[in-house]
Amino acid sequence: MTQTVLWLAQRITAAILAVCVVVHLATIIYAVQGGLTAAEILGRTRGNTAWLAFYSLFVVAVAIHAPIGLRPVLGEWLKWRGVSREIALSFFSIFLVLLGMRAVIGVFA
Amino acid sequence: MRVLVKRSSAFQEFEVPRHPSQTVLDVVTYIQRKLDPTLAYRYACRVGMCGSCAMTVNGVPRWTCRTHVDRVARNDELRIGPLKNFPVIRDLVTDMREFFDKWARAQGRFQGGRTRHDDFEKVAPDSPERKAADAGIECIGCAVCYSACNVVAANPEYLGPAALNRAWTLVKDARSVDVIDKLRAVAGDAGCHACHTHMDCTERCPKRLSPTAAIAGLKRATAKAALKGEL
Repeated sequence: MTQTVLWLAQRITAAILAVCVVVHLATIIYAVQGGLTAAEILGRTRGNTAWLAFYSLFVVAVAIHAPIGLRPVLGEWLKWRGVSREIALSFFSIFLVLLGMRAVIGVFA
Repeated sequence: MRVLVKRSSAFQEFEVPRHPSQTVLDVVTYIQRKLDPTLAYRYACRVGMCGSCAMTVNGVPRWTCRTHVDRVARNDELRIGPLKNFPVIRDLVTDMREFFDKWARAQGRFQGGRTRHDDFEKVAPDSPERKAADAGIECIGCAVCYSACNVVAANPEYLGPAALNRAWTLVKDARSVDVIDKLRAVAGDAGCHACHTHMDCTERCPKRLSPTAAIAGLKRATAKAALKGEL
C-alpha cells in the first residue's frame, strides 16, 4: 500500500514538474533576452501571488518527487534499506522544502 | 571454432568443429560427449518448448537450443556461461529454486470460484482483459528475462519479470477470484514498483513477450486499487 502511494505520488509530481520546468525555463530564456537587472526581476516577483503560488507548487513537487526517486537508488547502490533510510529521506524532503521556500519567499517578500 | 566454457572458477577452452545450422546446444553437447564428459549442463526438449537449456552466450542470456552459432559467434569464438542472477550448482547448471519460489510469492497460481457442478465461465476472446492476459500467457519459465534483469541483480528480493508477468495474466483473468490478494502480493519494493522499465526482459524474451508491459499494467492496477482503498 505505502509503496503504491509513493509510486502514485511520484507520477503525479512528475506530471506537475514537467509543466513547471518548461514554464520555468521558457520564462528565463524569454526574460533574459533583452538583459534584466536584479532590481527589475524583484520588481516583477515582489508581491506577485501568482508567481508565489507557481513556485511554491514547484518546490513542494520537488520535495515529494526527489526523495521517492532517491529511495531505490540508496537501496540498490548502497544497500541502505529499512527505517533509517525512510527517516533520512523524510529529512531530505523537509530540507528541500526549507531551502526552496527560503528562495521563493526571499524573492517574493 | 574456439569455445570458452565457464567452469567453477575460470573459463576452459575447447576447439569444436563448425557445422551448418549448428546450435549452441549442439556445441555444448559436443564438448560433453567428445571432449570432457565431466561438463554439467541442462537441456530436455531441444526445440524451444521446455526452457531448460538457457545459458549466457557471449554475455547474453539465450535458449541455446534455438540459437544458431552463425548468429552469435564473434570472430569464430563463443563464450558460454551459466545464467546470471542465479547461484551456480556446477558449470552451466544453475539453482532455479528462488526463481520458482518467487512465482509462488507473486501468487502465480490460478484461483477460480467455480466447481465441477457449475457451468463453464464464458470468456470473450476479444475482450480487452482477455487480450491483455493472452499477451503474456505463453511464458514457459525459462528464466532468460530474470537473468537479463538489472533490477534482480541490484535487488535480490525483487520478484522478477517472469513472476510478475504471470501474476498479471491472472489479474486480467475474468475467472480469478483473488485479484486483490494478488495485487497486494505484487505491490511494493520487491514487486512491480521496483521495476525501472529498462526493458531488458522484453528485449531478451525468446517468446517475444513483454513482461515490461505486464509490470506497467500491475502498477496501474495497484494504483487504482489503492485509490479505491482496496489494497
